[in-house]
Amino acid sequence: MTTRTTLTLVLMDAPYENARTTTALRLLDIAARRGYNVNVFAYEGAVYVPFAKQAPHPNAVHGRDVAEEDHPNPKDWVAAIMAEAERQGGKIDWVQCGLCVDERGAAESIPGPRRGSPADLVKFAEASDNTLVIPTK
Amino acid sequence: MAEYLLIESRDPSEADVGYFYELAAGLAQAGNRVTLFLVQNGVFPARPSAQSHALGRVAVSGVQVLADEFALRERGIAADRLLAGVRPASLEVAVDRLAAGCKAVWH
Repeated sequence: MTTRTTLTLVLMDAPYENARTTTALRLLDIAARRGYNVNVFAYEGAVYVPFAKQAPHPNAVHGRDVAEEDHPNPKDWVAAIMAEAERQGGKIDWVQCGLCVDERGAAESIPGPRRGSPADLVKFAEASDNTLVIPTK
Repeated sequence: MAEYLLIESRDPSEADVGYFYELAAGLAQAGNRVTLFLVQNGVFPARPSAQSHALGRVAVSGVQVLADEFALRERGIAADRLLAGVRPASLEVAVDRLAAGCKAVWH
């Protein structure tokens, strides 16, 4: 019996602020395409990465409507990565730090992520082949 | 011997990356297998410049220094004109190292 590789990523950055979010999602995407199981522990601003109310917008300064602007929303990337993981037989278990969610009013996430606590991070790390913490500073 | 994956996301003009380079070199000199993977603005010193000396020293210290191809393209840095000892690489390599259980540190 082969054991599926399991990785844990710890995210801290809010979306739209730093390339760390992009790099983290790229790592997650690669792992999902490989069929790995990936645990994500999102805390502080990162609980807004899968926030359901992110919306595309026009850009009046550049004279572009919503379609032309084609503004990317990380919630869509998260959903796509979760779907890809499922297609490949893996799973993304995305835990949102509950206290961080409450502080920020970020409870409305897309389907998939679940509420948790730092205790979940301990369980993730213990059950993973590796853990990468991507800190803000 | 342990295996380490050190991921540097910052460039010398925005942060003290020197201690992270020294950590990489020190781990290699202690007999460990070390990969220093440059991502985001961390790839800037891979372009030969006045800020490349410290990275150049790491690249000849037994550390494998890789630069994220995506980050290089984003910044218009030609992958065939990198500092000696620095190679372009896919981010897949970082995932390979993580899956292999390398001790991983992000800066």
